[in-house]
Amino acid sequence: MIYGVAALSACMLLGMLTGTIFGDVIGAGTEIGGVGFAMLLLIFVTNCEKLKFTQKPAFVQGMTFWKSMYIPVVIAMTACQNVRGMLSSSFVAIAAGAAAVGFSFLLLYVLHLFDKDKKEAEK
Amino acid sequence: MSNFTQHIVNLLSKNGLVAAFLFSGIVTAAAAFISDKITKKRIHSSAIAIFLGLFAAYIGGIISGGEKGLADVAAFSGLAILGGSTLRNFTIIASSYGAKMSEIKKAGVAGFISLFAGIISSYVMGAIIAFAFGYRDSVSIATIAAGAVTFVVGPVTGQSLGAESTVIALSVAAGLIKTVFIMIFTPFVAKHVGITNPRMAMIFGGLVGSTSGVSTGLAAYDPELVPYGAMVATFYSGFGCLLCPSLLYGLTKLIFH
Repeated sequence: MIYGVAALSACMLLGMLTGTIFGDVIGAGTEIGGVGFAMLLLIFVTNCEKLKFTQKPAFVQGMTFWKSMYIPVVIAMTACQNVRGMLSSSFVAIAAGAAAVGFSFLLLYVLHLFDKDKKEAEK
Repeated sequence: MSNFTQHIVNLLSKNGLVAAFLFSGIVTAAAAFISDKITKKRIHSSAIAIFLGLFAAYIGGIISGGEKGLADVAAFSGLAILGGSTLRNFTIIASSYGAKMSEIKKAGVAGFISLFAGIISSYVMGAIIAFAFGYRDSVSIATIAAGAVTFVVGPVTGQSLGAESTVIALSVAAGLIKTVFIMIFTPFVAKHVGITNPRMAMIFGGLVGSTSGVSTGLAAYDPELVPYGAMVATFYSGFGCLLCPSLLYGLTKLIFH
């Protein structure tokens, strides 16, 4: 089990390092996409058929354990949100946040419509 | 008696992480029960768990007056570890175990484009709202607009532009609202806006951005889609911090001086 956990840790640290370097290089002043790089690395390693050790139970168990811990962590995370601050914030903040989310969903909906058209055209 | 309660509180706060595991387990069980018996499985139990978590955070905020929800209450302080950024990132990365490289290659470009479309559209929406509420100086408009990108980008932008602290606080609040709205509404609208495959999940992650919002919202709808959405979303705040104080502020300044 420890092999999977250690591999996961290695991916996270390497990804974070990549994100920090990437952020520095393009001058963002913060790290960019460290977690995203780590995920890409993990997917790459586990999709690589030459790396046989990723199929071993000692590796798989560590990965699947932390994968299944994801939702409990999300629940703990929601319990740490500043909901009181959110509910007592001014209307400008509420409107700005809501507008950003609403517009994103609208864009998705439009894309989704196009998606359907495309599929039907293919048929 | 109060001595006994004190002992319990000490026990829970000293073993915070373990107490947080227990909390998460109880909330999960309660959510499963409500989902099964009360909503007859019409509402996914993870969506209910998220509601319960947010409600607990609200109660915690009222009791403590702090900003970290229930984690500011001593007995539940361990939630800040379990729900903190380290373990969150760790489990998000673990969630990508089993994701397919081919899906990512297929939708990578679309995800990347949606990232920029998402940052720009959120910024524009935030700017319009700020203008509508009477803000006329470009620094305040840019800061509030950056807050509509995420609650990280707002203060980063505000500080680099020298915005007033009240405006910065506003931008954090706007980002917070965005995150919580994504958490709450994603499970309900996902099907209607077509977030049903890895490709659309990646586009969704790029458009709305907030990593915690995207990963929570998708978890409550279809956990299989989490890694695809979250992967793109993790680039959002970083690129937001890059674009908002520079290019987007520059354009804002051209319009509002």
